Amino acid sequence: MQFPEELRYTTTHEWIKLQGTEAVVGITAHAQQELRDIVFIELPKVGTVVKQAAAVAVIESVKAAFDIYAPVSGTIKRVNEAVTGSPQRVNQDCYGVGWLFAIEPSDSQEFSRLLSVEAYRQKLQAETH
Amino acid sequence: MKRTALYQHHRALGAKMTDFHGWEMPLYYTSILEEHKAVRQALGIFDISHMGQVLVTGDGALAMLNRLLVSDISQVAEGRACYTLMLNEQGGILDDLIVYRIGSDDYLVIINCANRQSDFDWLQAHRHPQATVTSISEGRSMLAIQGPLAARVLENLLDARVSSLGRFGIAPIRTMGPESCIARTGYTGSDGFELFVSDYHAQRLWDAILEVATARSGGAIGLGARDTLRVEAALRLYGTDMDTTTSPLEAGLGWTVAMNKTEFIGKPALVQQKQRGLVRQFVGFELAQGPIPRSGCELKANDRKIGQVTSGTFSPTMNKPLGMGYVEPDFAKPGTTLTLTVRAQTYPATVVKLPFWKAQSLPVSPASGVSSGYRSAKASDADVPSRCCPPAIEG
Repeated sequence: MQFPEELRYTTTHEWIKLQGTEAVVGITAHAQQELRDIVFIELPKVGTVVKQAAAVAVIESVKAAFDIYAPVSGTIKRVNEAVTGSPQRVNQDCYGVGWLFAIEPSDSQEFSRLLSVEAYRQKLQAETH
Repeated sequence: MKRTALYQHHRALGAKMTDFHGWEMPLYYTSILEEHKAVRQALGIFDISHMGQVLVTGDGALAMLNRLLVSDISQVAEGRACYTLMLNEQGGILDDLIVYRIGSDDYLVIINCANRQSDFDWLQAHRHPQATVTSISEGRSMLAIQGPLAARVLENLLDARVSSLGRFGIAPIRTMGPESCIARTGYTGSDGFELFVSDYHAQRLWDAILEVATARSGGAIGLGARDTLRVEAALRLYGTDMDTTTSPLEAGLGWTVAMNKTEFIGKPALVQQKQRGLVRQFVGFELAQGPIPRSGCELKANDRKIGQVTSGTFSPTMNKPLGMGYVEPDFAKPGTTLTLTVRAQTYPATVVKLPFWKAQSLPVSPASGVSSGYRSAKASDADVPSRCCPPAIEG
């Protein structure tokens, strides 16, 4: 399973990537594989102010609905309309075309609470063993 | 958790397992959507050994079943089967089941996994003095092979003329020991078969059928796709779409009920309900797009709650969300627009005629010239309009 080095991760299986003033968010390869058949995605509205670890989006696979949490606090700047039209994009490319939304972070300190790729891998191992 | 004789086979295929009423069963092997499509387009094999198999035999078997079940079991010819319901005295549904007449006084009754004990106890408690009720699940398995290619594949593998078996027909598999049968029944809406065999034969059949299925773009199917398939075909799930608080009339299963029978448990309650009129009705609805309607979601009309969802899914065949549930009768007409609430957001939903999806061609029922070891249905039986096969499937 692929976990790009340059990303930060959450314990709830989101990834986040700082790009200039905004941070792009998606779900990890592990989350994508666990959810499998993604058929519906509900994204937050642009302009919404969100708090770190608050549920801000919903991904539904055939079997169940899952909350997606904001990795950091801030304001939603952009959402990926393409995935609401074709939710399977998240299954196909969760780090690329399957990104979910971009946040303008309001507290840069929060990044230090996110997981590095090693820490995320360790967490996954601890979960499965 | 309880495991079927095929547990190791599921693990070997890398199945994602789930707890289904105390049974560790495969939820999916690869993907629910892919498995669903395999059944609709080719064929799939399901392990459904968690369901209960009960034999009711003897001179009193017919009288006993006719008193316990809503359908007229005397209309079921040897080598034929009947989808029917068992009610309590209040007219509430205890279970939905299929009764296969495998001998002149021998009936194989297939009951839902969740009700295995309660159904068996109910049958025992209402046993006719001249009937024997035996649970034969131990050491036996059930396989379902469903999809448009199922008949051809099984015909080659079983060395039997399974293609000539009519819908809701059953025949013995003589090479596999006593009470080994093949029936043209299923829970998918597609053409298909169910096999009732020993664990030994089930393990061998599983490997053989899976090999052929895989070569033909089919494969093993888990409970996830079993659910999406049955929703498209509008087949009710006991415990979800109906239970002891729902009656056959409310559940849209009035066609199973032989009201002309002198007596059966629950009949007086149904007669009363018919006179008073229904307070709710089972319907299907679809969304152009949106989330999956799940059990418990509210259905509204004119800002007032008029019903509730019992089942829903994303339809892989129709590519949209589908739901079923109970609404006030005034809102049950196809074409009615309702408002579905999911996670505090509302979506327009349109009531549609059930089933949502129907196979283009299904074998006729009953078949003529069945090559089964059971006596074929007499010509006169074939003329009686069967109440035992869902009209949606027959039509």
